[in-house]
Amino acid sequence: MSDIALDAIDRSLINRLQSGFPVCERPYSEAAATLGIDETDLIARLRRLLDANVLTRFGPLYRIERAGGAFVLAAMQVPESDVERVAAIVNSRLEVAHNYLREHRFNLWFVLGAESQERIDAAMAWIEARTGYTVYAMPKLSEYFLELRLPV
Amino acid sequence: MNRDRATYELDPIDRVLIRLTQAGLLLVPRPYRDLGDAAGIGEEEVMLRMRRMLDRGVIRRIAAVPNHYALGYRANGMSVWDVPDERADEMGHAVGALPFVTHCYRRPRYLPDWPYNLFAMVHGQTREEVAEKVCAIEALIGPECRAHDVLYSTRILKKTGLRLAA
Repeated sequence: MSDIALDAIDRSLINRLQSGFPVCERPYSEAAATLGIDETDLIARLRRLLDANVLTRFGPLYRIERAGGAFVLAAMQVPESDVERVAAIVNSRLEVAHNYLREHRFNLWFVLGAESQERIDAAMAWIEARTGYTVYAMPKLSEYFLELRLPV
Repeated sequence: MNRDRATYELDPIDRVLIRLTQAGLLLVPRPYRDLGDAAGIGEEEVMLRMRRMLDRGVIRRIAAVPNHYALGYRANGMSVWDVPDERADEMGHAVGALPFVTHCYRRPRYLPDWPYNLFAMVHGQTREEVAEKVCAIEALIGPECRAHDVLYSTRILKKTGLRLAA
């Protein structure tokens, strides 16, 4: 949870910068102008929002599958008493980009990303061997929409 | 939205740029110049390469990623649907077009344990709000849906984004 108060400019910044950020010599200056603030203020606000974990990231969002890599959603069924151990093993892999616990028999849901499918397969096999549970690979067969732009 | 595009071949400099930015863009007035200094290339070349990766879809966009929990979207439901394979694309496009669906994919089943082939992510301030949105999806998909479920997230165990091996 965030401990910081968000003002109207923070909210508008979060809304706008979910959609994109320019590639030019002074991108913060250009983005700041659309928010009615200056470059220094924008950089300070971004730093504060990242430090407070209101933003989890700020930067290029890579779609490595367009460069021969892969992102794969995977699920596991882990008894509640074993979740901490298994999560630690899963999270220790560099390829694991995020990992969520969900309420279901299939309770561990994580995404693996790497420069090649072979690396993903190897990471999944390693996780299975170390945890003793099956990893169900659920690669996307079709993508219909992908826009995480929540109004705040 | 699956536009067919040829795979973009990353060269070693692209890889360096990815590694230098995968945790985030530098918060300095001229981030592309400083990136170039770290990568041993000029600012113009960094910008050219970033634009090229954007253009080719290797970079989806350069953007802020909010922590939806911190912003009050405390309920995150992955709704999953068992729909006929031959109708999945049509239904996926319709569901993906709903304003509150943030991701929508077709994925493989694992019968009998996992019969669902269509995934639609729904965020809300509360579970009730997510449940209402899931009802709207159900109405849209109609009677051809054989089963569905909603998996609410209870904890983020990790969230770092892509990390390429060095």
